[in-house]
Amino acid sequence: MTLLHIAVLTPFLFVPLIPALYKYMRRIHTGWFVLLVPLSLLIYFASYYPVQHAFEPVIRSVPWIPSLDIHFTVYLDSLSLLFALLITGIGTLVVLYSIFYMSKEREKLHFFYAYLMLFMGAMLGSVLSDNLLVLYAFWELTSVSSFLLIAFWYQRKKSRYGAQKSMFITMTGGFSMLLGFIILYVASGTLSIREIISMADVVSQHHFFIPAMFFILLGAFTKSAQFPFHIWLPDAMEAPTPVSAYLHSATMVKAGVYLVARLTPIFGGHMEWFWTITIAGIVTLFWGSFMAVRQSDLKALLAFSTISQLGLIMSLLGVGSMALNKGYIDSSDLFAGAITAAVFHLINHSIFKGCLFMMVGILDHETGTRDIRRLGGLISLMPVSFTLTMIGAFSMAGLPPFSGFISKEMFFTGLLTASRNMSDWLVILPIIAWIASIFTFVYCMILVFKAFTGPYKPEKLERKPHEAPIGMLISPMVLAAFVVLLFFFPNLIAGSILEPSVKAIIPQAFVNNADWHVHLAAFHGFNTELVMTIGIVVFGTLLFIYLSKWRDVYDSVPWKFTLNQAYDRGLVGIERIGTKVTRSYMTGATNHYLAYLFIFLVALAGGTLLAQNAFVLDTSGNAQIELYEYMLGFIMIASAIYMLFTKSRLISIIAVSVIGYIVSMFFVIFRAPDLALTQLVVETISTALFLLCFYFLPKVGKSITQLKFKVVNGIIAVAVGTTLTLIGLSAQGHRLFEPIAHYFTDSYKLAGAKNIVNSILVDFRAFDTMLEIVVLFTAGTGIYTLIKLRHARRNEK
Amino acid sequence: MKLKFTDVFLQTATKILVYIIMTFSIYILFAGHHNPGGGFIGGLITASALVLLYIAFDFRTVRDILPVDFKLLAATGVIVSVLTGTASFLFDVPFLSQTFRYVDLPLLGKTELASAFIFDLGVYMVVVGTTMTIITSISEDDK
Repeated sequence: MTLLHIAVLTPFLFVPLIPALYKYMRRIHTGWFVLLVPLSLLIYFASYYPVQHAFEPVIRSVPWIPSLDIHFTVYLDSLSLLFALLITGIGTLVVLYSIFYMSKEREKLHFFYAYLMLFMGAMLGSVLSDNLLVLYAFWELTSVSSFLLIAFWYQRKKSRYGAQKSMFITMTGGFSMLLGFIILYVASGTLSIREIISMADVVSQHHFFIPAMFFILLGAFTKSAQFPFHIWLPDAMEAPTPVSAYLHSATMVKAGVYLVARLTPIFGGHMEWFWTITIAGIVTLFWGSFMAVRQSDLKALLAFSTISQLGLIMSLLGVGSMALNKGYIDSSDLFAGAITAAVFHLINHSIFKGCLFMMVGILDHETGTRDIRRLGGLISLMPVSFTLTMIGAFSMAGLPPFSGFISKEMFFTGLLTASRNMSDWLVILPIIAWIASIFTFVYCMILVFKAFTGPYKPEKLERKPHEAPIGMLISPMVLAAFVVLLFFFPNLIAGSILEPSVKAIIPQAFVNNADWHVHLAAFHGFNTELVMTIGIVVFGTLLFIYLSKWRDVYDSVPWKFTLNQAYDRGLVGIERIGTKVTRSYMTGATNHYLAYLFIFLVALAGGTLLAQNAFVLDTSGNAQIELYEYMLGFIMIASAIYMLFTKSRLISIIAVSVIGYIVSMFFVIFRAPDLALTQLVVETISTALFLLCFYFLPKVGKSITQLKFKVVNGIIAVAVGTTLTLIGLSAQGHRLFEPIAHYFTDSYKLAGAKNIVNSILVDFRAFDTMLEIVVLFTAGTGIYTLIKLRHARRNEK
Repeated sequence: MKLKFTDVFLQTATKILVYIIMTFSIYILFAGHHNPGGGFIGGLITASALVLLYIAFDFRTVRDILPVDFKLLAATGVIVSVLTGTASFLFDVPFLSQTFRYVDLPLLGKTELASAFIFDLGVYMVVVGTTMTIITSISEDDK
């Protein structure tokens, strides 16, 4: 354990304290205590921030399950550090904001902050783990905590629906990603991402390399809401706004981006990687921005805009991955520019989108609605909110003097690079991006002007709006300050974190190109990109002004065939099929269930015996069989046969008991007093149990006398008997493993026990015993619960 | 328990027998380390003594003289056994490592104390608890 490990685990360790703080410190908002965690983590991670010297990656490893190659390895390189700073930095601001947003009287704050801390820890773990399986575990934990946070107001049907949807989609992706990870493990023999990267050439030769790529991308795309998996994000907006600002814009949805960036050294350069990510990204970019204009709920608008911006970052990562392709080695600098744009825009997006979400939360909080049809004319009432919203939205639209302008220009450069260097018809990429950017411009204007200008409609608002309390405004102010700061001084982060991050994403491109440096500038001269931006402003303004004229376009889209419909229908269908399948075998008849169990046993054990050709009859070691042993055996067989033909339950129980007692006789003969004693007591108690159950059993029914019933059960019975007999006989003839009998004969020396059987039970094989008693206990609780439940249900009636 | 007949012979015999069976079961529990016996068998024998009580007397009487929640007993047993296993972590040895030591005790003289016994005690509690939970809940079910 090092300080880094503790840093990752701090949020988890803090979780148990939260309910206590909530309960005993009711007068102080729980958020103030929780605020300490992200703040101290932010300070801790900021201490790694390279100010003057180059950043050296830090690796700290703790073995967890070494036999399975699972180590809790924390790998802090520049890319991880960037994410850790975003998670803790925005986390701090979001917690601060939530103190004013979440009422301490009405909300269950202890749940809220516990989930939030779970998420923070999971997210830190995801971006800092070097071990694929540990990363996977943290990754799924982010989905779980996101589920809990979306369903925070679980009384609402829509919250539950949204939570379930996000869970289904991201977890499906997660499983597929696990499959991809396992293929990588098989191909490379290691779970460490760094080691897999170092043997990327070998791994790419594996037959399943391309499937692994797609499996992993499916995980990344579902998490980062890429088309067509984006449908969960708008529904996730049911979460409280601080959560939307944190999880569904700044951090969790970036996990997919992180994964793609992190694994680019392994997959980058392959055409499949380039095409999949670029196409998915560009389609998402367009669709998200197109749909955002249609929304009247401001939060839904922001959700689609987040989808669109994530697509933008993805497409840049796709284009940039060509820096690793051998065919474009000469222009790797240009492709590296696309990666730089991706990383820079990722930072920008987290900042301005966090700010915008907080502003929408404030509008909602102060006016009681987020519907742009009811909002308007708030500029004079909420001037600070207006300014902050404008800064965030203009940055998103890509206007100067805000940081979004720089990254938007770099984005166009990146896509133009692809069309100039790869193939002429790829010019379609910047064209789609340009159209999408016009829509982006339009919805940014809707966000600012529909809410704050125009006629003021107090009659449509639930409360009288006024400026938000200063505490609520601090967080978005800090973010807005960064938006402006990064425009004027982008090089504050260029050399220290952007450049090493880019080098971590495409390390192979810089082997012979060590003097490549990132330099950002707000103005690049009069070039294609600037013309594109001017075009966006012109066309975007026109579209915004005449919005009511062309809005009908959306009505012509056949909404019946949307992805959401497909999802809902799929859900119903799965449920229907599931019910049908379950009903077909869960008949409620015990003899059916027993039949399944026995058939399975015969198929598995008997099948293995046959397939392995394992039947051996070895009588060489056997002792002479005495006459009385024959007699005992005969009695057993006779009572078994008698049991078949008796019509009375009582007699058949007695027959079973006879067999049991004879078995204990055998134990006595073979000098196993422990077993004999146990068998005798078990027989006694089970007879008592049988007597008890007698009252509840129906009379020997008609079905038992039917021929078909008899034949089927007879076949199963004979098959089980034969299988077990054959296995029993074969056991004698096989010595697959070294016998461990010497432990038992030494039991007095090793365990201080003269009774070998007992020392096996409680000492040598104590683990077996422990699990057995757990099983016994579980079975007992099960029976108890079943019976009590039946009682309860009967009483209800 | 549905068995409502009042059998004087059975009840009189049970009063004596239960003590004998109980004593025997506890002997079996302690003797397990060196002689036939142990927690599992001991637990079963205790359970059979209790079943005898239930058969001879009605359910309510037994619950009044023996107010034990068998579910709780079983759960405690599981916890005791698992904790004995985890105790070995304190001595930096693998899970469920058992140890033993010879100690001179008053009256008993030189006695072997084995950590495995505590584990076995847990087994005993689980067996008694589970068996009796099953039997009592089934016998209660006819109400």
